[in-house]
Amino acid sequence: MSKPKAGFYWCASCGGCEESVVDLAEDILGVVEAIDFVFFPVAMDFKREDVEAMEDGEMTVCFINGAIRSSEQREMAELLRRKSQVLIAYGSCSYQGGIPGLANLCSREEIFKFVYHDSPSTDNPQGTRPQVRFDAPEGELELPSLDKEVKSLDQVVEVDYYIPGCAPPTALLKAAVEALLSGDMPPKGSVIAPDTALCDDCPRIDTKPAEPLITEFKRPWQIQIDHEKCLLAQGLLCLGPATRGGCDHACIDGNMPCSGCMGPVSRVRDQGAAIISALGSLLNHDDPDEIDKALDGIPDPAGTFYRYGIPHSTLYARCGITAGNGES
Amino acid sequence: MSKDTPLPSAEGFEPRIVAFFCNWCTYTASDLAGTSRMQYAPNTRVIRVMCSGRIDPRFVLQTLREGADGVLLGGCRPGDCHYQSGNYKCLRRFKLLKRYLAQMGVENERVRLEWIAASEGDRVQKVTNEMVEQIRKLGHCRLEQIPRPETEPAAETHDLEQVGAGGMI
Amino acid sequence: MIMHRKSPEDQPRIGVYVCHCGVNIAAKVDVEHVRDFAASLPGVVVSRDYKFACSDPGQELIQKDIREHDLNRIVVASCSPQLHERTFRRTCADAGLSPFFFQMANIREHVSWVTVDPGAATTKARALVAAAVRRVARAEALALRQVPVRPEVLVVGGGIAGIHSALTLANAGKKVFLVEREPTIGGHMAQLDKTFPTMDCSACILTPKMSDVKNHPNITMWTYSEVDEVSGFTGNFKVKVRRKARYIKEELCVGCGDCVDACVMKKEKVQVPDEFNVGLSKRKAVYMPFPQATPACMVIDPKQCLQLMKGKCAQTCVDACERAAVDFDQTDEIVEIDVGAIVMATGFRPFDAKRIPEYGYGRFDHVYTTLEVERLVNASGPTGGEVVLRDGTVPKTVGVIHCVGSRDRRHNAYCSKVCCMAALKMAHLVKERTGAEVFDFYVDMRTPSKGYEEFYDQVLSEGVQFIRGRVAEVTDWAMTPEEEGKLVIRVEDTLIGVARRVPVDMVILAVGLEPQVDTAEMQRRFNISCSQEGFFLERHPKLAPVSTFTDGIFLAGACQGPKDIPEVVAQAGAAAAEALALVDRGHVDIEPNTAWIEEEACSGCKTCIPLCPFNAITRDEEKAIAVVNDAMCKGCGTCVAACPSGAAQQNMFTDEQIYEEIEGVLAYV
Repeated sequence: MSKPKAGFYWCASCGGCEESVVDLAEDILGVVEAIDFVFFPVAMDFKREDVEAMEDGEMTVCFINGAIRSSEQREMAELLRRKSQVLIAYGSCSYQGGIPGLANLCSREEIFKFVYHDSPSTDNPQGTRPQVRFDAPEGELELPSLDKEVKSLDQVVEVDYYIPGCAPPTALLKAAVEALLSGDMPPKGSVIAPDTALCDDCPRIDTKPAEPLITEFKRPWQIQIDHEKCLLAQGLLCLGPATRGGCDHACIDGNMPCSGCMGPVSRVRDQGAAIISALGSLLNHDDPDEIDKALDGIPDPAGTFYRYGIPHSTLYARCGITAGNGES
Repeated sequence: MSKDTPLPSAEGFEPRIVAFFCNWCTYTASDLAGTSRMQYAPNTRVIRVMCSGRIDPRFVLQTLREGADGVLLGGCRPGDCHYQSGNYKCLRRFKLLKRYLAQMGVENERVRLEWIAASEGDRVQKVTNEMVEQIRKLGHCRLEQIPRPETEPAAETHDLEQVGAGGMI
Repeated sequence: MIMHRKSPEDQPRIGVYVCHCGVNIAAKVDVEHVRDFAASLPGVVVSRDYKFACSDPGQELIQKDIREHDLNRIVVASCSPQLHERTFRRTCADAGLSPFFFQMANIREHVSWVTVDPGAATTKARALVAAAVRRVARAEALALRQVPVRPEVLVVGGGIAGIHSALTLANAGKKVFLVEREPTIGGHMAQLDKTFPTMDCSACILTPKMSDVKNHPNITMWTYSEVDEVSGFTGNFKVKVRRKARYIKEELCVGCGDCVDACVMKKEKVQVPDEFNVGLSKRKAVYMPFPQATPACMVIDPKQCLQLMKGKCAQTCVDACERAAVDFDQTDEIVEIDVGAIVMATGFRPFDAKRIPEYGYGRFDHVYTTLEVERLVNASGPTGGEVVLRDGTVPKTVGVIHCVGSRDRRHNAYCSKVCCMAALKMAHLVKERTGAEVFDFYVDMRTPSKGYEEFYDQVLSEGVQFIRGRVAEVTDWAMTPEEEGKLVIRVEDTLIGVARRVPVDMVILAVGLEPQVDTAEMQRRFNISCSQEGFFLERHPKLAPVSTFTDGIFLAGACQGPKDIPEVVAQAGAAAAEALALVDRGHVDIEPNTAWIEEEACSGCKTCIPLCPFNAITRDEEKAIAVVNDAMCKGCGTCVAACPSGAAQQNMFTDEQIYEEIEGVLAYV
């Protein structure tokens, strides 16, 4: 009997998700023994044509990491969807938009303007901008076009499962592969990770006082961080209470607050709003000016509370960023 | 969301404002405005909660997502909360939420928190009229549409009923 | 048994009833249209409009439909839930349906009464009905919680209102705690000389009631005491009472007054104005407010007593007291009591006439307030009942000015209700005692109660001159020789259209009634509301005039608004009856709108624990999760909104129910 076929593709991403596969270390041998990778641009030399040549549903499973922002990514997502029986959004970007999703705070024009004109390191006296079509001496070239906003994978194609994390913990990947091989998958649409917040297995939970514990918000570089004590209790913006666990509290062990990459638990519609509500409630000030002063310690609420999930949040993007054609 | 009924009066923009009022002060004030026959703009829809402390920032966001043009939160005056301090908790969340909303391009006037005591029916009238006028000037709240796959919709991961499971496998 | 999840076979079969409320709703809202709209909503099986849904036939209609159409959810679109939610819940319960499968849409107070345009009103009513329909589909069967009620009642304030409430309750066999901040009970009524319109001697009718309070086996009377803290809720309030140090052992003092005689403050200039006589006389550091003070017990003023202020005094009082009742080591004592109900009877304060400088109070010696003249005409007052001015002369002409601080937009827009009669009483008494010529300056004469108009007639016939007009000013600037040395009242006599100057020897200002200075603080302490004027707010002006928005706390007397003695007593009786109805039943039903935590979803992050104002949430250390104590939860939902895991939920206000309501109000328009 032939081995199940699998694909592993990347869209708007950093390569960290591929690293998480490498992090399987020797376990990867067991994986490649059980699964036949038929498409894995980072690791193996297959081309798009090879995928197009497949029968629909030929791949048992395809993991796609990265958010969707370009016409190429969209096409690939649609193509891979057709060719796979199970499509898994792998990693925060694919699941919720991730770090690239922060671009939904700006219009495409603003991004182009900064990148090709205003950034201090840009030297572009002709004001050249990338074009979808370009007449090169060798003939007309076509580049993928950039969408107006960043989308999560499930906003483009139907997704069967989600594996969260930036990058996803290898344990989750292993669990998912094992479940796939055994055919014992959870209901469609599930996020393959524990469904309680990080605090549930945080080693520091006992040091968290049950009181309104925040008087001011601090950045990690501003204080000598205690290695034992709850980070929120130290004034650091730890998103653990509103973030799904399953990451083996890696950041906490590194003495860094949780930044929320695993996304919310299943009962929460909007991770950022959940943490806004929790932290706002716990702020130990009644005076409006004092509250404002404390909140000044969070210079970028959207980037802090929605670092990995603006496209998947209730508001999706800044109002008005798709207005106009944004062409340049 | 279903839109099977057409707009009754299509001419002119009529803002739609959802108000979350606490049972003890602001909802009662709103009743008082009624018994006192104070006329005010018909654009608000009041949702009663026991305390402004129950108002979750998620409600505000979802209300805007469902197409409201403004959200009004109402609670007891500072110090007067029926549950001692729910209104302060509401205030702190609100202030943080507003900072986020500003980044998301939601105009300041669209989301408003007001302390209205049970006796202040006239403030319900005043605040409502004021807010309707401000939002009328701003026009519709145009949130970016959330895209969906063109094929059959995928399981909506942030929808409460459809996920649920998601346990450790 | 509280069901947290709806069983899937329980498909909603909803009945919607759109009430006309006579024409109250139907004149503005197109009820037939709303009815038809409701019929089109998912889950709606029956949709009707009806003249008066709350009437017996209306309720029977709903019950009949529940039986015949097998309805399991009911929506009534009518008035505010504050008014009829209970009615319709009972309707449902009587038809065998859980009362919590009922939802109200407020299309009267929130729609028909506040909207000009009928089209807009109908649109708004549709939205609210849609929200109610969607919400009720998510309703859960809950059980009312019953909590036992303590039988004791706390009465705050020992004026006539508090006295009457306390006696009524005590006579019904209930234990009453009466807390009064002054050294004696009696309140303002004890300061009055006569009471209108019958001219009963105030002390004669009040003091027997005061001693009844003192001697009643069911009443614990704490004077010179204040309520520091109130916690708990209806049926089970915990109250901390501060018993201020009196420096006199109450159980030993017999009120003989030997200590007062002995007190070293013999010289009048070191003495302080006597509160009871409104500053018209002086008192020493140790004193009893007035001879019939109850308890008949001295008190030492710590801001006046040399021993207490400086630690240096001959302590002649100690030597004088045969019963060794003086105790300089006393400190404030905090007593904790548990009560089932609270009656607020904290009274009023008179308007401070200095706030109207043009009337010269505080500037001119011979301008008095009504309360001061009460003391002047009182036989046990500073002048032994003789109306003598501060310079020792007897006034020959007297002007009484109405509406001082009342019906005046600069101060209080409201009518203080009692001052017209108080002014007439003063006119009558002063004329009777001095034979002076009395001028009465009124704006509108308001004498609408039993025997009041007759009293006005009597005073008219006694020759008091009535001048209709709001007094512009009281001045000592004489324009004619006759005005020399007199106070001149300048007024436009609006009956004859002439500006007049009326020279008098004495001016009496009929000051209005204002809320107590610390009403706002009291309001917070007791968690009740205030009206815009600052008086405590009743639950409903007509139907719940002595209740507050906080269950178990009732209002008696002028703390709720200006009123005269007969009204105060009537209201105090009503408040006592309401309190009695509560504590006598022995239990209260509490809305099951408590919070609960889904165990498997809770991460134990402790966010909710400190947010609960009632300490109802604790951490189960073994399971490492939060747990809500259902009996202590008051259902504010603050923890629910703050839970970053969506693990906390509130019965009757679940996230799903509120999201349905949000979608409902927005989906169809």
